[in-house]
Amino acid sequence: MAELSYREAIAAGIAQEMARDPMVYFIGEDIGAAGGVFKATVGLFDRFGPDRVRDTPISEQAIIGAAMGAAMTGLRPIAEIMFSDFLATCWDMIANQIAKTRYMTDGQVSLPLVIRTANGGGTRFGAQHSQSLENWAMAVPGLKVVAPSNPADAKGLLAAAIRDNDPVLFFEQKSLYGVKGNVPDGDHIEPLGHASILRNGKDCTIVALAAMVPKALAAAEQLGADGIQATVVDVRSLVPLDTRTILGEVVKTGRLFTVEENPRLCGWGAEIASLAADECFDDLDGPIVRITTPHVPLPAADVLEDAAMPSIERIVQTVRESMR
Amino acid sequence: MSTQVVKPAASDVDRPTRLRLYQLMVELRDFEQRAYELFLENLVRGTSHLALGQEAIAAAYGVAMRPDDYTFCTYRGHNHTLARGASMAAAMAELLGRRNGMLHGKGGSMHLTDVKHGAMGSYAIVGAHLPIAAGAAWSAQVRQSGQVAVCFFGDGTTNIGAFHEALNLAVVWKLPVVFVCENNLYMEYTPIDSVTAVKHPAADRASAYGLESILVDGNDADIMYGIARRTIDKARAGGGPSLVEALTYRHGGHSRADPAKYRPEAEVREWMARDPIKRYRPRVLEAGVDEAEIRDIETRAQQKVDSATEEARNGAPATIDEIERQVWSDGSARWRN
Repeated sequence: MAELSYREAIAAGIAQEMARDPMVYFIGEDIGAAGGVFKATVGLFDRFGPDRVRDTPISEQAIIGAAMGAAMTGLRPIAEIMFSDFLATCWDMIANQIAKTRYMTDGQVSLPLVIRTANGGGTRFGAQHSQSLENWAMAVPGLKVVAPSNPADAKGLLAAAIRDNDPVLFFEQKSLYGVKGNVPDGDHIEPLGHASILRNGKDCTIVALAAMVPKALAAAEQLGADGIQATVVDVRSLVPLDTRTILGEVVKTGRLFTVEENPRLCGWGAEIASLAADECFDDLDGPIVRITTPHVPLPAADVLEDAAMPSIERIVQTVRESMR
Repeated sequence: MSTQVVKPAASDVDRPTRLRLYQLMVELRDFEQRAYELFLENLVRGTSHLALGQEAIAAAYGVAMRPDDYTFCTYRGHNHTLARGASMAAAMAELLGRRNGMLHGKGGSMHLTDVKHGAMGSYAIVGAHLPIAAGAAWSAQVRQSGQVAVCFFGDGTTNIGAFHEALNLAVVWKLPVVFVCENNLYMEYTPIDSVTAVKHPAADRASAYGLESILVDGNDADIMYGIARRTIDKARAGGGPSLVEALTYRHGGHSRADPAKYRPEAEVREWMARDPIKRYRPRVLEAGVDEAEIRDIETRAQQKVDSATEEARNGAPATIDEIERQVWSDGSARWRN
């Protein structure tokens, strides 16, 4: 075990796979000598050279299109889109081309590629550099969607995404880049499609993703002091979705809370709530409650952003009131 | 603007190549004509974009390419897919939504793809496939495979961002890719010159990317073959990308819904007189091929299309099981456990 920051774990995951497989190439803006604007790719350029770690112009369609063309012809590319908000500039490539080509060609084309992107708020960057967009990706058939909450998962899930034969959108939560944690030494891989149960409690199940996971865990500790014992599930992978684990925990506790950084409408928690309503209705002891950012663009000022995003206090208060 | 108009170099094209070009153009023509007839019979549902009149470009590049080179084309892509050797029956069956279709009914007319013949897809969002073709060329470059990607697109594509992003990247990375603009004068329904800042929508933009400005008669199969060889050879030799603007004309409208009434009659007459097949037949004769041999090519093309049509018509409807197949690489559509 080594203690790594989330950003170091990302670089370690890429390095592990580039060392293992010569067909893995990495492209994006400022990822090379500069080491990435979030410093999540430091060291890769020096180790693997400018052919395999390649800087691109600010041309998101070209970056993602090139990754697609390379993936369909034998490479296993990783493409970085600096901020997830910029996915909007190349959404045709992702949603129309990458997501649909295997299906439309009935399997003639495989697209083993990863799109890494810095996602989410908490950094006072304003509404165009702070969005949580994993639900955009989740809504498009043909895309796998992963969002790690800690350094070990950042490395292990990224490695799994690179080895996967399908396109994966890999959402790195930018407020987590500095967070440190233990990461297993050596070849580390965490299979996609497995939620993890981080805490067990008998009273309710709190399901969270990425930056909301540490908040949910902290909230669960406070709720414990009030006599409410909460299970906390880290979804980790939205597609494929580990409904067995998530709904299994809902059935055990009879209550479901989701904690989502995305704005309210059609957040990933809505799908989980719908599945729970369909499949665990008789096991529910109370309403399903979603804790989300309100349906607004995320504001920039610290006090506004903090109040808009789900906080530990809001989670505690919402669960406590609902469980009364 | 120093746009270079490439002149014919007819003597460069030998007799066997001329025969192949003629045969391929006739086959493509007969296929598209048959597709049109099947629309009229209401056997083709949805839309379709025919390339009647544009055969010389597809045929020339199809003949000039190496079997493992990559073709990327648009929703007007029947010609380009067939020119790589894809099955005519499978293409026809796909248009009819049959089980024996090239994509088993899941793609349709706008997405014909036959990877084993290097036909890497027909792309139906304007501009998208230019960066994708650049990516395939990047892969060929780093794998040192010697493959070239050829990307065909319409004049309307030159005004979308992906065109410019792809050209810039291809030049900066010196990729083995050839971009071929089929300028048929109309974006969809609107004349391209009424919505474009320059006269030649691709050729006049080439200098912005440090590329030679190439404008050719896309209805002359010899000229097209010459430029195809030149641009493909350059890419294969490590000389980087080319941008070719080939002037051509659609016999019909943008899609099956469009009778193309907006085109001046004189213009249509002029271009019909410059039909690539009509113009090429005498040149094949000049090359020493006798009339009987040409007739034989024409008869065999018809037979090939007839047999493809019969095979397609006899196909069963696409199977319902296909709906939840091949979203993922394990063949399934499963998103949960």
